[in-house]
Amino acid sequence: MSVIAVGPAAAIAGAGYRRWATYRQAAIAGVFVNTVFGVIKLSILLGIADSAGGTVAGYDAASLSTYAWVSQGLIAVVMIFIWTELSDRVRTGDIAVDLARPVDLQLSWLAADIGRAAWAMLSRAVVPIVFGAIFFGFHWPTDPTAIVLLPVSILLAVCVSFACRFMVNLTAFWLTEVRGLVLLYVLVSGVLGGHLVPVQLFPDWLQAAAYVTPFPAMIQFPINLVTGQATGLRAVAEVAAQVAWAAGLLLLGRLVLSRATRKLVVQGG
Amino acid sequence: MQAYHALVRSRVAAQASYRASFGIELGTQVLLVLIEFVEVYVVFHQVDSLGGFDFAEVAVMYGLSAVGFGMADMVVGHVDRLPFYVRTGTFDAFLLRPLSALGQLVTSDFSLRRLGRIGSGVVVLVIALAAADIDWTPARALLVLVTPVAGGIIFGAVFVATCTIGFHVVEGMEFANALTYGGNYLSSFPFTIFGTFIRRFFTFVVPAAFVAYLPTLALLGRSDPAGLPTWLSWSALPVSLLAAAAAWWIWRLGLRHYVGAGS
Amino acid sequence: MIIEVTDLRREFVVRRRAGRLRRTRDVVAAVDGVTFGIAPGECVGYIGANGAGKSTTIKMLTGILVPTSGTVRVCGLEPVRERTTLARRIGVVFGQRSQLWWDLPLRDSFRLLGAIHRLPVSMWQPRLDECVQLLEMEPFLDTPVRQLSLGQRMRGEVTAALLHSPELLVLDEPTIGLDLLSKERLRAFLVRERAERGTTVLLTTHDLPDIERLCDRILVVDHGRVAFDGDLPGLVARVGAERVLVVDLAEPGPPLTDVPGTTLRAVEADGLRQHLAFRKEDTTAAAVVAAVSARVELRDLAVHEPAIEDVVRRLYLE
Repeated sequence: MSVIAVGPAAAIAGAGYRRWATYRQAAIAGVFVNTVFGVIKLSILLGIADSAGGTVAGYDAASLSTYAWVSQGLIAVVMIFIWTELSDRVRTGDIAVDLARPVDLQLSWLAADIGRAAWAMLSRAVVPIVFGAIFFGFHWPTDPTAIVLLPVSILLAVCVSFACRFMVNLTAFWLTEVRGLVLLYVLVSGVLGGHLVPVQLFPDWLQAAAYVTPFPAMIQFPINLVTGQATGLRAVAEVAAQVAWAAGLLLLGRLVLSRATRKLVVQGG
Repeated sequence: MQAYHALVRSRVAAQASYRASFGIELGTQVLLVLIEFVEVYVVFHQVDSLGGFDFAEVAVMYGLSAVGFGMADMVVGHVDRLPFYVRTGTFDAFLLRPLSALGQLVTSDFSLRRLGRIGSGVVVLVIALAAADIDWTPARALLVLVTPVAGGIIFGAVFVATCTIGFHVVEGMEFANALTYGGNYLSSFPFTIFGTFIRRFFTFVVPAAFVAYLPTLALLGRSDPAGLPTWLSWSALPVSLLAAAAAWWIWRLGLRHYVGAGS
Repeated sequence: MIIEVTDLRREFVVRRRAGRLRRTRDVVAAVDGVTFGIAPGECVGYIGANGAGKSTTIKMLTGILVPTSGTVRVCGLEPVRERTTLARRIGVVFGQRSQLWWDLPLRDSFRLLGAIHRLPVSMWQPRLDECVQLLEMEPFLDTPVRQLSLGQRMRGEVTAALLHSPELLVLDEPTIGLDLLSKERLRAFLVRERAERGTTVLLTTHDLPDIERLCDRILVVDHGRVAFDGDLPGLVARVGAERVLVVDLAEPGPPLTDVPGTTLRAVEADGLRQHLAFRKEDTTAAAVVAAVSARVELRDLAVHEPAIEDVVRRLYLE
């Protein structure tokens, strides 16, 4: 286990930022798609609220709008899409190059991912949120604890998401075709994480199932800070849960990685 | 025609040969439909009606949309590979053969695994149709069979029309997702929940309303609260053919641009 | 005339960054007024440096690109407008792009093409068998195309292009990247094809030996215009192209300035390696080698052919 110096980490994060910043057209297209999906999602939720008499599970129209736009903005940041960069490198064998580098594999990929997330924050999250705030109403967070914890929460959400994606991608060492598994992961993590519908709206048994997984920590918890569903002590508790998930999953990821590299060395991948 | 048949057959054979991974992909597609249905389920856990429609009725819409989209995805979904084919020169190879370029693009793949999506969509649809309060007539029974086909043609047309963006703007293919996957998403729900602009756009520009919502109105014998005439609810098939014609025309425009502007 | 090209022009708009924010539009003429005709049965080499406009012309001939101005007729047809009709009558081979199905066995590609060209099996099977035999493709007919070596793939591409017995065969850099044996085999096959069927051949290449072996006529294109239209001896005579014999001596020797018919171009490593340039009409490589061996002991030698770029450059230096 090597100690990661700030210098290389920042450099890698910066490179991750720049790489994604070059795909300008793709970013514009992505914002457009996000916005369309945001409108559809919100319409469904408002339809529910309408039938329920105005509020549902503690959400009113403004906070539903907030949920819809923040969740749409967040999915690019937290990467709730198919992500197979690591598994692609495993499949082609290029992973050997990464393992030979004098930087910690997991942490360097994490740094790069944070760089990517930072760019996504600017390019894909800001516009849908502004759009939603102007046309659909928005609930700006007022609780001081929530406001302070929000950036921390988003960073942790990225870490949790990365840790999960990291492990899912590593299955490429054992499975020949990871695409199906990755797609399944995206779907399940999205649904249970509260990407389609807020977790608070789930039936009790499904909520329980969701909280057993790290997925709400990726999506729902940061959103809760904005919508006001989590304030004060609850906000602290949820962020603490994120810390626990992030640390635990990253450690687990290192374990999986060490088994994977052992397999690579012993069997030749 | 026989040539296209041969092309598709070779793709199917290639896919079916990868037994294990095909099985996994098929299974994933089945789960896909069911997992996304969770959203509908959650909605009706909270309330009894959405936009004036109950669980079974919305489930009918969801089912119709899933089957229609699944069929389009299976036959035509891969046309978004167009930018890749252009970049690698494969598209030029299409132009050198005595076949239509669009025909070759469409038959360049055949996603057999989408059968999973279609299958589970059918299951949801059948159950929903049984549970919903429908006054069955021969006309309505026919409509149930025709609608997914029309839905497939409509989504197919959207796939083709949007892939032509790849002729003009390589990085812009994601725009297409807003109309294809966005269209699939919203066509699974009653249009009464959407704002005027969205409703009009996805009825008259991209006819997603004809995939599930309007046909469901016809099945239920209800009229559109937004005021669209009843006969329109029965017009999914002719509308789909119009959409196909429009998509064909857009493709011709894109192809002419490609050949004229060069690469 | 099987190919008729009159005043053909093709312009491209190139967007470049000028400074940090602005972008300029430049109009570049890749093909700038090309006129020629090719009669049935001819074999014409179309040569020029990179960027001279060869591939663009080929694209306009085969219907992939529309001319900005001028006319082009292939087999009497307008390539872009009558694309599918033309595709039945010509065969095209791109050296750097494949027309075969990447993940299928080679055999299946041929079968698919037979179906696409609506040929009855009785027509294309004998044709295929003949090509397979001549090009020795039997060992890898069942290998997926993506696993074939370049030489194997090119044999497959040429066969694919000839399966429907086209009147015209267009090849864009078919020998690029191939080893000597593969090149020679391909050339021999094309020579035989022409002799037996009278197929017209248009070939773009960087390789002068391709031209020597196959073509009766050469079109040299430079900066989008035809710079020369004639035969190879004519071109060499006009340009005075030189071959270079590079000799490695057994031990360092004095500069070989007096070998008849040659000019000493360079001396390396104290005379251990020397470059002797000579012209085809003055002497042969064999004669030069003999003359050099008579003077010193040779350890090794190599013959460098004149590069297309040199030939073309010389064409403009006069």
